[in-house]
Amino acid sequence: MKPYLEISRLGKTYPTPSGAPAIIVEDFDLKISKGEFITLIGHSGCGKSTVLSMIAGLTDVTTGGIILSGKEVVGAGPDRGVVFQAPCLLPWLTAFENVMLGIDQVYYTADREERRQIAEYYLTVVGLADAMHQRPAELSQGMRQRCGIARAFALSPKMLLLDEPFGMLDSLTRYELQEVLLDLWQKDQKTALMVTHDVDEALFLSDRVVMMTNGPAATVGEILEVKFPRPRSRAQLLADPFYYELRAQLIGFLEERSHLRPLRSPATPPPQSAPPPRRRSFLSALASA
Amino acid sequence: MNKFKLDWLILPLIGVAIILGVWAVSSATWAKDLPSPLKTWESSKPYILEPFAKRGEMDQGILRFTWYSLVLVAQGYALALIIGTPIGFCLGLSKAFTKTFDPIIQILRPVSPLAWLPLGLVLFLGTGKEAGTYGALFTIAICAMWPTVLNTAVGVRAVPQDYLNVGRVLKLSRWKTLTKILIPATLPYMFTGFRLSLGIAWLVIVAAEMLTGRPGVGGFLWQEYNALIYEHIILSIIIIGLVGFVLDRLMSLLERRFRTA
Repeated sequence: MKPYLEISRLGKTYPTPSGAPAIIVEDFDLKISKGEFITLIGHSGCGKSTVLSMIAGLTDVTTGGIILSGKEVVGAGPDRGVVFQAPCLLPWLTAFENVMLGIDQVYYTADREERRQIAEYYLTVVGLADAMHQRPAELSQGMRQRCGIARAFALSPKMLLLDEPFGMLDSLTRYELQEVLLDLWQKDQKTALMVTHDVDEALFLSDRVVMMTNGPAATVGEILEVKFPRPRSRAQLLADPFYYELRAQLIGFLEERSHLRPLRSPATPPPQSAPPPRRRSFLSALASA
Repeated sequence: MNKFKLDWLILPLIGVAIILGVWAVSSATWAKDLPSPLKTWESSKPYILEPFAKRGEMDQGILRFTWYSLVLVAQGYALALIIGTPIGFCLGLSKAFTKTFDPIIQILRPVSPLAWLPLGLVLFLGTGKEAGTYGALFTIAICAMWPTVLNTAVGVRAVPQDYLNVGRVLKLSRWKTLTKILIPATLPYMFTGFRLSLGIAWLVIVAAEMLTGRPGVGGFLWQEYNALIYEHIILSIIIIGLVGFVLDRLMSLLERRFRTA
């Protein structure tokens, strides 16, 4: 099947004052099918947000290319809904007006009443029905991010890009919002790519977890298939022994193998032999679950 | 007595009393030409008690003079904002614009209003009798616009990249980016500039009136100096100070309203 989003040999380098450019991401390849939920996981600073930002068109691509639904991605645009880490709501607009700002751009042919209904629908679905006419300063951190999600979905984008959207929330709020997100994603049948460093979040949400190696010159390390049936419930997942096996694999990669570049890339020297996987990390993963 | 009264009433009054004492002693000892506080009050009474009286071109109630000055300041100030704000936006948005005009701005900024006024008069010589008014407006505008220009530029440069990214993701047009993101985000900085500009505009009006001889607080001050009625110089200084203080307070009230936005 033809991939919906195709990223090939994507690279990002920044010039440095010393002359030798800093390589952030190199040879990043990824194919995503329509309707898939993919998470990108890796240590902080590895360049996962840079990859997302390049797909969003907010950061220029140095090498390689990105093709979304048959068209090369050039620059930012509302066909890719972005949910930022800090929700990035405009503080002088209400939640409703923040969502409307995007709707006005995308549905410029619809009349005002229809556009209002779209905004109200998405704000209600994310649970902001009673607070949609408040300014961001009057909303809690979690409510702001709900608004950020509503704004992204309301654009009816081809694809959703989420940059650690729940990183600043407490864990209870995070669980709630993960469910809100999953719900909307299923209803709207969107393709989603989310950056996270939370192993449980990645497993709960995604069809595949893409593990990135550490920077500099970060790239795709391993890809983990997460074949739990949908719709998922957190309780069901936590009762499944397979969940802990996947979790151990993820943590094992992050703890032990994330500094190794995959063998298939001929441009880089072969990695040193990997240390044998230790039993401890599996057990510790179990213990902390 | 509660603390509130002490802080807000008693202590400021003590301050006023001390200054009045120094003033009275000075006029009685080493500065014989300086009118005493009492003489100043007696001589100023008709101007204060009948603040809107008009007895002649240069003999009017003090608030009437103040009003003339305020009208001229308002016009020059409006001109300064209308010219200064767009320049500030251009400076904040374009590196090329900054490199082109920043050196000129840095050189023109410290020039005193007293230096601009003759140029203003020359520029509007053709308007005949009105040259004084236009020259004064020109001087107020060109002296008062710098804080607005510079603060707006700083504000535009300080707009968080996150907000601009929102605009890029939504593909907002240039106009919408300006009205929905840049201007609201810059507003608090702009108002700081507006407040500082108003202070300068009020400073300049006095100098402009002194040189052009227009009726107004500054014109009155200069005329009474020439007429050797020194009491009225002090009256004018006090009024100029009070008006400047009130203007600044009003602007900072406005500024605070926009800061919360």
